[in-house]
Amino acid sequence: MSYLVEIWLAASLVALAAGAVGYVVVLRRAAFAAHALPMAAFPGAAASSLFGFSLPAGLAGFALGGAALLTLVQRSARRDSATGLLLAGFLALGALCLSLSGHYAGSVYGLLFGQVFALGPEDLPVLGLSGLCLPILLWLGLRPLVLSAMAPDLMRVQGGQPRLAELAFLALLALAAGFAVPVTGALLVFSLMLGPGATASRFCKRLETGLLFAMVIALGLVWVALGLTYMTNWPVGFFTGTGSALIYLLARLKTV
Amino acid sequence: MNAALEVSGLSVTQGGREVLRQIGFELPRGVFCGLIGANGAGKTTLLRAILGLLPSQGAIRVGGRIGYVPQKLQLEPDMPVRARDFVALGLDGHRFGLALPSRSRTQDVDAALHAAEAEGFANQRVGQLSGGQQQRVLIAYALVRSPDLLLLDEPLANLDIKAASEIVALLKRLCATRKVSVLLSAHDINLLPAMDRILYLADGKALCGTVQDVVRTEVLSRLYGYHIDVIRVHGRILVVAGGNGREHDHDPVHVSAIP
Repeated sequence: MSYLVEIWLAASLVALAAGAVGYVVVLRRAAFAAHALPMAAFPGAAASSLFGFSLPAGLAGFALGGAALLTLVQRSARRDSATGLLLAGFLALGALCLSLSGHYAGSVYGLLFGQVFALGPEDLPVLGLSGLCLPILLWLGLRPLVLSAMAPDLMRVQGGQPRLAELAFLALLALAAGFAVPVTGALLVFSLMLGPGATASRFCKRLETGLLFAMVIALGLVWVALGLTYMTNWPVGFFTGTGSALIYLLARLKTV
Repeated sequence: MNAALEVSGLSVTQGGREVLRQIGFELPRGVFCGLIGANGAGKTTLLRAILGLLPSQGAIRVGGRIGYVPQKLQLEPDMPVRARDFVALGLDGHRFGLALPSRSRTQDVDAALHAAEAEGFANQRVGQLSGGQQQRVLIAYALVRSPDLLLLDEPLANLDIKAASEIVALLKRLCATRKVSVLLSAHDINLLPAMDRILYLADGKALCGTVQDVVRTEVLSRLYGYHIDVIRVHGRILVVAGGNGREHDHDPVHVSAIP
């Protein structure tokens, strides 16, 4: 497989996962969590560089740990402040690990804003697992994930467990965010999730259709971004970030 | 079990305060019962205890399924959920897995929408419906599993008098046609005369009686700790709050009429 095809395939798999998770983020109004969890993945990547363990393990491990911390923090009375401070703590930890690893500047740029062309064939199996499994899991859990956010008491009365649904959602979000960091960076993965999800929610009246549409938009966005990056040599994160905002803006104008 | 709900010796403590103290009452089948009390009297606590959402002491026996209508939903106007799909969540929305379309599923949802008179906006997004329409959708959600007892937590709180009266009339019809027992907590005491029974909470205690027993000046004034006049004119009941207790010297804060 040629190098460019590998990049294209890896980015497409990340887009599928990010689009699907982003749609549920919008439905659950969990944009702050979607912003915080990629930050938790950032020190994971930095630590893998410092201690020499595998990048996917670092990303997934730290993102899942961040999801667990976020769950604990969100039960506190001052949840907004606590989540914000948690986010700052993740960034600080990542900065320390990168500083100690000795290759600070280039790595910081790549981890915060994405370095899709640094992906290799060894990343494909993990990204494939994320890109294919996460949308399927979200599809299966779509109704409880939505109901637990809209009316947790109704779910409890029916015998469901909204807390379990929230934990499952944060774990899936953490995995998607962790695997997307190498492509879009910790700061811009948020845009790849939110823009397609918010756009799909404006156009679709049905949950399942919206999930599929969000994935299609994210896929299209990443393909266009890769093409423009190839032509201009500008960062792919720039194109996904601005493209995401533009798509949502157009959707708002169209559906006003 | 003949009654739809039997409560005896129920106590609930929250934050070190005994909100409900050894209360007991019975709700027969097909009865429309209003639950009233001042702020903090324990109306929501009682409903949550019946639903099993709060730890409590005492006995709560329910003769069948419970349907629940919360005050409102956490919704964005953009939320891509049609009223019809939201009602379908009442069947199995709490379970992970695929919801395969089936004829019986569609029939159940249609029947609930019809009973709640919500068919006209079944295909619209829930977030874009008016407050009264959203309440009908919530009632349809509660009805989709054919409950024997319907608990509603201040469903009229954000509605104007017309929408609130229509919801009360709908619930009364459901009691008559489906033999569902309804327990509805409310602040607007002007809607109480439309109900069969009133359950009132004060100082951790509960008393249950007919409208004639409860909607009286001395009872309502004692319950709310504030003077309230009940005036009967041409077969209608006016509940007037804010007077000082002396005849011909009212300073009404809120007046409305019950047909």
